[in-house]
Amino acid sequence: MDGFLDLSLEIGFMSVVLSVVLAFIRMVKGPSLQDRVVALDFMTVAIVAFCGLAAVRYDTAAFLDVALVLALVGFLATVALARFAERRTVRRQEENSHD
Amino acid sequence: MTDIIAGTLIILGGIFAVIGALGLLRMPDVLIRMHASTKIGTLSTGLILAGCAVVFFSADITIRVIAIVLFILLTAPIGAHMMGRSVLSTGVPLWKNEDLPESKTKQIMHDTPTVKKT
Repeated sequence: MDGFLDLSLEIGFMSVVLSVVLAFIRMVKGPSLQDRVVALDFMTVAIVAFCGLAAVRYDTAAFLDVALVLALVGFLATVALARFAERRTVRRQEENSHD
Repeated sequence: MTDIIAGTLIILGGIFAVIGALGLLRMPDVLIRMHASTKIGTLSTGLILAGCAVVFFSADITIRVIAIVLFILLTAPIGAHMMGRSVLSTGVPLWKNEDLPESKTKQIMHDTPTVKKT
């Protein structure tokens, strides 16, 4: 039954990488800043899943620590970029009202 | 037996990851894209990590996997909430169904709400 696990790992790797590529296309195309941040958030979550798959594939538990730290940093990035987008428009409105 | 369970979980997680990315790519506006990507991303990562825990089947790995999944379950809604708030306050153009007649649209959809400046 070892063959089935290897096959499913291959399928899992392929689909996670495909989803990262599709999210990257959205990040390049994205008409607004928020689209890009949402795509980046999805890419981070997909790479956490990738780390889990790599831990199984190479039989190394350390990849799970990488996944934990990546989830934390990805959340911080999303929150910081959301605050940045909100602040930027408020500042622009204030500048326009001063003119 | 554990290999079959783990393999099935991993394949399911991969399929959900692709579905979420397709939703992210094909949906018409930011909020709908967020709806597709945030929830399905969490589900697919949870499934793949559960498969990982089934393969290793030891206490420390299981605790680590539970920590990661709990963390993602806790932070994904907060991040999505902040992104949605920023979308509303910046006034990104939202999608409207153009096949519906005007009166019906008014009945179903509210005007785009605005966030008060703090």
